[in-house]
Amino acid sequence: MKKLHTSGIRKAVSSTRNKMSDIRHHYREKDYSGLSEEEVTIAQYKAHRWSKLVVIIGMLILFVVLVSLLLIVGEYEIDIGTVYSIIWDHIVGNEITADPMADQVVWKWRLPTILTAIGVGVGLAIAGAAMQSMMKNPLADPYTTGISSGAALGATIAMTAGITIINGSYGMIVNAFVFALIPSAFIIALSKFRKPSPAMIILSGIALMYVFNAAQSYMMLVADPNAVAAVYSWTVGSLEGMNWSKVGIMFIFVVLGSCILMWEARVLNAMNSGDSYAKSLGINVDRVRVIILVSVSILAAGIVSFTGIIGFVGLVAPHIARILTGADNRILIPLSALVGACLVMVAHLFVEGFLSFALPVGLITSLIGGPIFMIMIIRQKNEVW
Amino acid sequence: MTTNIEATDLGVSYGEVKVWSGINLKFSEPGLISILGPNGVGKSTLMYCINKILVPTEGNVKIDGEDVSDLSFKDIALKVAYVPQASNETFAMTVMDTVLMGRYPHSGFNVSKEDLMIASKCLKVMQISHLAMRNFNELSAGQHQKVMIARGLAQEPDLLMLDEPTSNLDIYHQMQVMRMLARVAKERGIIVLTICHDLNIASKYSDRVVIFSKGKIFCDGTPKEVITAENISEVYKVKADVTMVEDRPYVLFYDGGFEDE
Repeated sequence: MKKLHTSGIRKAVSSTRNKMSDIRHHYREKDYSGLSEEEVTIAQYKAHRWSKLVVIIGMLILFVVLVSLLLIVGEYEIDIGTVYSIIWDHIVGNEITADPMADQVVWKWRLPTILTAIGVGVGLAIAGAAMQSMMKNPLADPYTTGISSGAALGATIAMTAGITIINGSYGMIVNAFVFALIPSAFIIALSKFRKPSPAMIILSGIALMYVFNAAQSYMMLVADPNAVAAVYSWTVGSLEGMNWSKVGIMFIFVVLGSCILMWEARVLNAMNSGDSYAKSLGINVDRVRVIILVSVSILAAGIVSFTGIIGFVGLVAPHIARILTGADNRILIPLSALVGACLVMVAHLFVEGFLSFALPVGLITSLIGGPIFMIMIIRQKNEVW
Repeated sequence: MTTNIEATDLGVSYGEVKVWSGINLKFSEPGLISILGPNGVGKSTLMYCINKILVPTEGNVKIDGEDVSDLSFKDIALKVAYVPQASNETFAMTVMDTVLMGRYPHSGFNVSKEDLMIASKCLKVMQISHLAMRNFNELSAGQHQKVMIARGLAQEPDLLMLDEPTSNLDIYHQMQVMRMLARVAKERGIIVLTICHDLNIASKYSDRVVIFSKGKIFCDGTPKEVITAENISEVYKVKADVTMVEDRPYVLFYDGGFEDE
């Protein structure tokens, strides 16, 4: 059994090494003599794709490092070996041998929080990447278009007034989803009838955000003071208070929305060349727009219901990913997901590692994301506006 | 076998405004066909009717006997490719990825070896293999146009439609692009339909010229039959004379014929 295990690893290592040497071969020795013009093009293209894979692998390593750091950073000191043995024991179902307090900290608090950070980062970044490509709009994400605010209002109504569209534990998320569909429907109507500029989409999103925020404030004013305290810490965007069952529900939404958007990656590439071109490729643009915005609403509802509004991750992550590997959505979407997860984990690490008091992670992302958003607006090329 | 495109009693109105009506056209011979006519006469509208981007208010378009309105976008995409006028990619990909996009109607999520081969052949045909790994937005207007035509060809259409492929190009690139289109039409036996504003460029390379004017087809035929001084003066309201260069009509324009005189 043990032998089989190591041989698998050895195989993986050697295949990775072969791939790396492939990449080196393509980049160092550009000896394409004897190949036809077409074959040279194909060889170059394949080398180019490998180079993108290297970036993804690099980001994965950063991802693993961040997860490990977050598992050991915190007030209660636990070394990394203990942390991993606790996690391993839980996964394979062994009896927990470590100190029960350490077990409690790692398994009940830190790991669900880290998974929440990952879910939030992945979901928001994929939603942002898809919206930006679909609307040809570098400023679009669930936050700037009002979809997150809509979801937040829906969830607030459930929390403060107890009014839900369906009963049961999914009541709040379904509320959030339905309210997230309002800005989505608005975007669909605008795109179909008005040929909106990127600025128009964002400004109408902000207008909707005002309305949602006002309604949310009203709900909080008239609600029971105890409920308000809970809602308030949630509105600023926080990873606290998560447990395994909440993480599970959140991941159902994140995985569902992400898979649909990933599936539409090639369609998103075509939509970047304009609606009429996408139609001429055989794409039913109106239907795709609905599918994408419903998926974005699923993501926003699943995330916002648990963590509140964590802004700007969906905006910034795809831009970082685009700088690293270009605009092809088939690579952009998975890479954005990794970048988004890393961004939220970095913000969380900052709170855990450097601050003596607990600050909601949403404050950090807005504090950093706001100025970046402003720089992007100022540096926008004239053609886009 | 060449595809057969036939428009019968076609008419389009935007609200109260009638673009044109009673259009009867048939494209069945391979070759380069140019559509000419003043601005706003509805040349692009005709293309939109052929690939269902626009639904005509009267009449119909049939591709190989099947009414376009009964076909799905995908069915049409397997036969008709469209090269839009402007190339405003907000987030540009590499040239190769851009051309591979043309394979969308034929392939699944991942590109196959065959797709790669077809795309690289299209790059070669357009003489832009050396640009394959460049980013689309780093290119010049002439190069953009060639990439977009390569993307259209990668779709392996029976009918390739281009909306003003030579606007924004200098004379060298205008002639080069039209030459390539004429050659592609001949070699692949496909119909290439282009909207053009330069009468002389159209005359030099087209096998057939269709002139739209005042909501109808004004004339339709070979460049020699259609590009005459009378027709040009009538359609464009400018004084013109036609001479022959390389056995093709060549239009000379004079200052005159304007309303403010």
